[in-house]
Order: sequence, then structure tokens, then C-alpha cells
Amino acid sequence: MIKHLLSVTQLRPEDITAVLDTADSFREVGTRVIKKVPALRGRTVVNLFYENSTRTRISFELAAKRLSADVINFSTSGSSVAKGESLKDTALTLEAMGADAIVIRHSSSGSPNTLTRWVEASVINAGDGTHEHPTQALLDLYTIREHFPSFEGLRVAIVGDVLHSRVARSNTHALARMGAEVTLVGPPTLIPPEAPAWGAQISYELDAVLPKLDVCYMLRVQRERQRQQYFPTVREYSRLFGLGRDRVDALPEGALIMHPGPMNRGVEIASDVADLPRSLITDQVTNGIAVRMALLYLMLGGSGAGSEGEAG
Amino acid sequence: MAKLLFRGARVVDPASGTDQVADVLVVDESVEALGDDVSARGAEVLDCDGLALAPGLVDLHAHLREPGREDAETVETGSRAGAVGGYTAICAMPNTDPVADTAAVVLEVRNLADKAGLVDVHPAASITKGLQGERLTEIGELAELGVRLFTDDHQCVQSAQVMRMALDYSKAFDVVIAQHAQEATLTEGWQMHEGYYSSLLGLRGAPAEAEAVIVARDLLLAGRTGGRLHITHVSAGLSVDLIRDGKARGLRTSADVTPHHLTLCDEDVQGYDTNLRVNPPLRAAEDRQALRAGLLDGAMDAVATDHAPHAEEDKEVEFDQARPGTIGLETALAAVLTALGPEPDLGTVVQRMSSTPARILGLDEHGGPLAPGRPANLVLFDPLAEWTVGERPTASRGRNSAFLGHTLRGAVVYTLLRGVFTVRDGEATG
Amino acid sequence: MSPPSPCGGARVAFEPRGRLLEAGEIRRALTRIAHEVLERNKGADDVVLVGIAARGDDLAHRMAQELRRIEEAEVPVGVLDITFYRDDIGLRSEAPEVHQTLIPFNVTGKTVILVDDVLYTGRTIRAAMDALMDLGRPRAIQLAVLVDRGHRELPIRADYVGKNVPTRDDDLVRVLTSETDGTDAVEVGEVPA
Repeated sequence: MIKHLLSVTQLRPEDITAVLDTADSFREVGTRVIKKVPALRGRTVVNLFYENSTRTRISFELAAKRLSADVINFSTSGSSVAKGESLKDTALTLEAMGADAIVIRHSSSGSPNTLTRWVEASVINAGDGTHEHPTQALLDLYTIREHFPSFEGLRVAIVGDVLHSRVARSNTHALARMGAEVTLVGPPTLIPPEAPAWGAQISYELDAVLPKLDVCYMLRVQRERQRQQYFPTVREYSRLFGLGRDRVDALPEGALIMHPGPMNRGVEIASDVADLPRSLITDQVTNGIAVRMALLYLMLGGSGAGSEGEAG
Repeated sequence: MAKLLFRGARVVDPASGTDQVADVLVVDESVEALGDDVSARGAEVLDCDGLALAPGLVDLHAHLREPGREDAETVETGSRAGAVGGYTAICAMPNTDPVADTAAVVLEVRNLADKAGLVDVHPAASITKGLQGERLTEIGELAELGVRLFTDDHQCVQSAQVMRMALDYSKAFDVVIAQHAQEATLTEGWQMHEGYYSSLLGLRGAPAEAEAVIVARDLLLAGRTGGRLHITHVSAGLSVDLIRDGKARGLRTSADVTPHHLTLCDEDVQGYDTNLRVNPPLRAAEDRQALRAGLLDGAMDAVATDHAPHAEEDKEVEFDQARPGTIGLETALAAVLTALGPEPDLGTVVQRMSSTPARILGLDEHGGPLAPGRPANLVLFDPLAEWTVGERPTASRGRNSAFLGHTLRGAVVYTLLRGVFTVRDGEATG
Repeated sequence: MSPPSPCGGARVAFEPRGRLLEAGEIRRALTRIAHEVLERNKGADDVVLVGIAARGDDLAHRMAQELRRIEEAEVPVGVLDITFYRDDIGLRSEAPEVHQTLIPFNVTGKTVILVDDVLYTGRTIRAAMDALMDLGRPRAIQLAVLVDRGHRELPIRADYVGKNVPTRDDDLVRVLTSETDGTDAVEVGEVPA
């Protein structure tokens, strides 16, 4: 297994499968009374969260603790990250503390890459700017796998602000790698024209795509994008690209609705849709812990003499 | 009387149309003789078999950071870096602190350069007060003091009206108005070239059109006013085409390209190395190809380094927090020879790196021609010697080189400023 | 050189030198062990079988069949993967491969018969006991193995043994089951240099 997880593009299909298979075992651990195994006892996992994200941070924290690792949380909302202390200085401090793995979420694309230059620990990207969110993609694949036997030929649409979405990038890379057919849907201003080179098709018409989907993945669209003129009004965006009841009915039987959270109810997804059983949004949260446990186990359970994997 | 005889060098001097092996005798500050079997009586003889001898290089665009950011570079250390790179004249950029928009700052930079005595530094002044893009500096007074080039680099003069006025007014003083072409609203928050790699890496892109739009506009304004427009660090194929067309229509316009834009492209930014964060950004492979073609056919008149040293804490940070820029004086010649290789035409290289930039700046003492009585501002280099960037410490205070780890072909052996060695056997003398 | 797999049945390249047990001997050994379990525990009340993945669970299922045949006892069978409790995590270049755990009953208050194919250093059993303790509080744990090959590194002993076989420390002992490998046999051999 690779030493650092910076981008999904470092994982071969067999690596992705290994993570998902291992996650099955960790899901079982989550059903026990004692939801803990000693596999990573004595290791130290640091959560370095420069962006506020209670959900992802708790997921990683639980994952590490259930593996019996020690967890340190550095977050800007807490007191730990000193105002004005450079990433480099923080990294050197963590290194001195003997961190085995650093899980970093940061608003600058590429900051996990930069971090690897300063630490010996394994670096896990928990979301960097608009670049990637690899563990989100893995847990999304895990959730999809529970409902579909194979990714080969699976028809997936990713709808919304693809341009600014690290989740869209990671998911597109991961799904394409596993043989799925990905279509990116949204207004032209929010879909990078180079996206076909990532392995996806483009459509500006959601209604044309819906009837032939297995998975409909809705991205969060910030209202701020209207101010930046990516679309004229939220009202128009919702009308053209929002998922409401009528669009849900247009989906084939058995199609899944997913969203990485947090949701902008009323913008990209209607409230009542978010609560439908077909929506797997809460499942995605549960599976997140199992997938992150699998990743930590595979990355730290070896002596580190493994390969770096594919270049990013 | 100090006498130096350079025996058997390949003399490359486009200003006199020379490209042949010859002996060159330097006495005190001047070239005394040039030809076959020049007498060596009383002279120190240097065997120059395999070396090329050319007028010292002239850089139109280097940031020496003093006054204001002496932690990144000083006029002295920047001069030394220039000498090591084979330069005998450098045009220092005015975006210092305080900005070089008054006689006082210009004169201070010149004094510091004279004290160091390693390179002739010709300070540029800004086009507008404080680089604000609104009010013109006193171009007349500064021109009288000898300022030859005005620029607001790293800012672009956004207002078409201000640019028009600058080009029109400056006509009277026959100075160059150099534009850093970057349309502001198209490049808000930019981090790299907008293209396949920017979307892959999740970095906000600056499209090539942001440069081309200003180039097109300013060419039109130059046409209207007759002012001497120069576009510095051209990065996009679109801009090269526009400039080539403009010249064909008779515009008195010039342009320069940097060695790093001739060598690298956006694909190299994978890995988020902050030494590759530069302004303008490294563009696509097709743009690099267009720049090389433009340099060869003369659409691009000169190579200018845009030498931009930064303190370590400004570069050892997240990619989008890093200040843009790479050092370049010490690697320029080798980078250009390597980029145009494997057998580049030395006459063209010397033309673009010495004779033409000297002419643009109106420096009579630099850029050749090399002939008896002319000042001995020279560079001797081995066009085939290979070396790896980063193996030796830099003369510049900056360590931020985009070429770290690259193996380049071309090594400076001697640099002379008015007959005095500033570099000997590849090492700075002072 | 990484430590030998405590499971004894690491699927590395392997040159068998000989057979320790043939299919018939395996069948008889399991029958005898089933009788011994019933004798010692005075029947099958509150007895459960937990096979250690992989192949221990094949043997556990067969023992359950025997117990059903001999005394019409329905003994629950579970499979336990001990990978997360191993003491050599982080010592090999890659994290050890994980198998499934499925124990669809409560172990608290039960007599758990741990079933494994080969008993060697004892480390696998140590890990299995720690795993079981996290799942509940058994009344007792007893150990049944098909082959005891010696070379214990921890104070662990089996309650029921199919066959005691002395081996060299650098031998590999491999158990094949018809459920998993298509044939029943216990082989001994070397890892090629």
C-alpha cells in the first residue's frame, strides 16, 4: 500500500478493491459491543484540520481510536493551531511528537503534497482546496458497492459545481478507474472543459441524463457562486439542476441518490428528497468510519517498506 | 597596464556580424585587438579552445529587491549573480520598497551598484506613482537622469487611458514603456495556467487570454501613439502571434521571453513545487513551442530573466500562499542553450541575450560590437559543458530556482566588466 | 526476513516434502476429537465452536457435523479472523490480509472450542483469545487443533490434538481442506530459497 494518500489517482483498481474488502471487516467490528481492535495500538494519528469539518474529523478520529491508536486533534477552531504559525513549523512539531500518520484538511490545493516534504509520517489527504478528497470517494464507492454488484458500466451522474469540487474530482477518478461511466452535469461555467480527460462525459441538461442513471450524485452548490456570476440566480440554478420530487420520479427504479454533505436544502436538493429512503446520505456517514479504518490499517499496518504507488 | 590575451576563442558578435575563431587582446578597459595570431607580449594568456567569446549579456528584467527586501537579495548579491551568469548589464525592476518612482530611489540603486562594481545596473523606474496605475511618474526628469525603461512590473497598467498617455508622453524622451500584460478581472486568485493541469490539480487558472487581451490592446495603443512599447515575459502563443503581426505592420514594439518559459510548462507543476509558481504562469507545451519559435524568428526580441529571489519563508509554504517567482540570472544562458538545443545557433542566442537587449536599453557600451577601442564587457562560455543546478550554492541570496535538479548545457567561464574579471574559472572574483 | 506466518498455512510458494496426514486420517482424527469434546464437557450443552480463519473454520464445521452425528447435538459454529489482534502488525512490509469474522451468537457464558488447523508458536491462539475476550466473557476456552508441530514461543497448549508431529523450525506445514482447496491433506515442506 502507498505511503501517502494524496490523490485517488495513486490507487490502482486492485488497491481500491483491497480497501473496500478490508472495510467490510471493519464494518463488522462496528457491530460488536466492543468496537475496538488492537491493530494500531501505540501508533499516533494526528488530525490536522485547517478547515472546519466536524463530520470528517470525527470520522477519522473514531476510525483511529477503534484501531486503538492515539489521536491528537489540531484544528483551527481549537486552540492548537497558533495564529500565523506556518504549515511547515506545525509539521515539524508534529514530527517531533512522533506522529505515524497525519490526516490533513486544508483550503490550499496541494498542501498535503507540500506536507510530505517536511514529515516522515504517512500523510492522508482529507480534502485539500478544490483538488481532491480521496477518502470521500472511497467511502462513496463502498456505499455504491452495497447496492450494485459491479462498477463496470455503472452509470453515474455527478451534478453541480464540479469546477470547485474536490469530491467531484476524486469520485470521477475513482469511478472511471473501476470502469463506471461518469457524466458531469451542470451549467457550462461550473464544468471544466478538460473534464473528459479525467474519464467523464459532460452534459448541461440534467433531465436528459436522469432516466438512464444508476447513481445520481448531487454536489453542494454554494450561494456565493451566484455572487461570482457562475449562474444568474439560485432560483434559476435550482430550476435547471436541482433535484426535486419530479426529477426523483424520473430516475429509474433502484437508482441511488447520494450527496457528500453538508446539504444546501432547497438549492441542489429538495428537503423531502434528502429524507427519502433511496437517499443514502446517512449510510455514507456510517460507512465512512469503516473505510477510514481500512485505509489506516492498510497504510500503517505494514512496515512502510511498500511502494509509493502511481504518481499523482 | 593590464593585458589579457584570450587565445583561440570562437568570437560570436552579431553586432559586427562576426562568428569565427580569433584571438582577442584586452588592455585595461578596452578591446585592443581582435584577429589571428595577435601578439601576446606582456599579456596574461588564456587558452580559450572550445570557448565562445561574446559581448557580456544584458538583462532587461531582474528584481534586485533593494531597497526594501534585502533579506531576499541586495543590489550587490544580485549583481554577483548576474556576473556569474555572464551578465555585464542589468535593468533593475522598480517594484522595490519604496517604489523607484522618484529620482532619489533610482540614484540610490545606481550608487549601490557602482559600489559593488560587478555589473552595470540600470535602474528602471515605474510608469505610475507607487505602481498604483493612476498617475504617471515624472518620466521626463527620470529620463534625463538616464532611466531608459519604465515599467509597473509586477503590476499591469490596467487602464487603457493611462497606458495610452504613458506611450504618448514618453515618445518625447525615446524611452521604453514595458508592460506586464495581465488583465486583472480574468486573473483574480490565479495560481497557475488555466488548462488541463489546473483543473486536475484543483488550482485556479489564469487563461492565456488574460495576457493576450492586454497585448492586443497595447499594440493598438502603440500604433496610435507611436510610443515604444515593450511586452515583458511573454508567456502565451496567442501573444507571440499578436506581436509578430504588429511588427509586420510596422509597429515599433519589442518583447522578451524568460528562460523558464522556454524550458518548462504547466505539466511540470504537478507535485505543487512552489519554485514553479511564477507570474506569468508556466503555460501549455504548445505555448512553450510558440515561444521558442518566436525567439528563433525574431518575433521575440530578447531573453530577459525576470530574476525574482524570495526569502525561504515566502516559498516554503502552501502553493497558493507562495510568492511567485524564480531566480534566473545564474542559469539563464545555460537554460536558453539547452532549450534551443541540441545545437543552438550561438549567433542567435548572443543576439537575443546581449546585442538586442543592449540596443533596446540604448546601452552603447554593452552588446558589442567588439572591435579595437570598444569597452571590454565580455563573457566567455563553454557551450557544451553540462552541470546540474543545485550542486553549488547560488551567488544570489535566493535559493528558489525553477531549475533545481535540472542538468543544463552551457557554463560561463569568464565574465569581464570593462576589462576586469568579475568571474574567473566559473567563480565570482569579488 | 519477515517472521513466519503463525497460521502455518501462508500461501507462499511451497515445495512439499511429504504428507503428514491423508484424508482418511484427518477424518478419524476429527471424529476422535469430537468424542473427546463430548466426554470432557459431559455433552454439548453451552458448547460453541469458533474456527480460526482460514481453514480452522472448515474444520470447525466438520466437527459440528460429527457432534450432530454422534449425539444429535446442534452446536453453533462461528468463524473468527484474528488479523487485527496479531502481534506482528507493522513488522511486515504490507499489512496482513484480513478475512471475515462472523460469530452470530453470544460467547458470554459458553464453553468456546477454538478450532485451528496447525498449532505452532502459539501466537495465533494468543491473538484469538484476546479477540474472543473482546466479544464477550466465555465460561471457558478450549483449544482443538488438527496438527501440533511443536516450537511453542508462548505458554499455550492444546486440549485436543489430531496428531503430534515434530518438525524443523524452518519447515512449513500446510493444511488443505476439500471445502477450500478441493482435497484433504496435511503437507510439510520447505520454502524454496
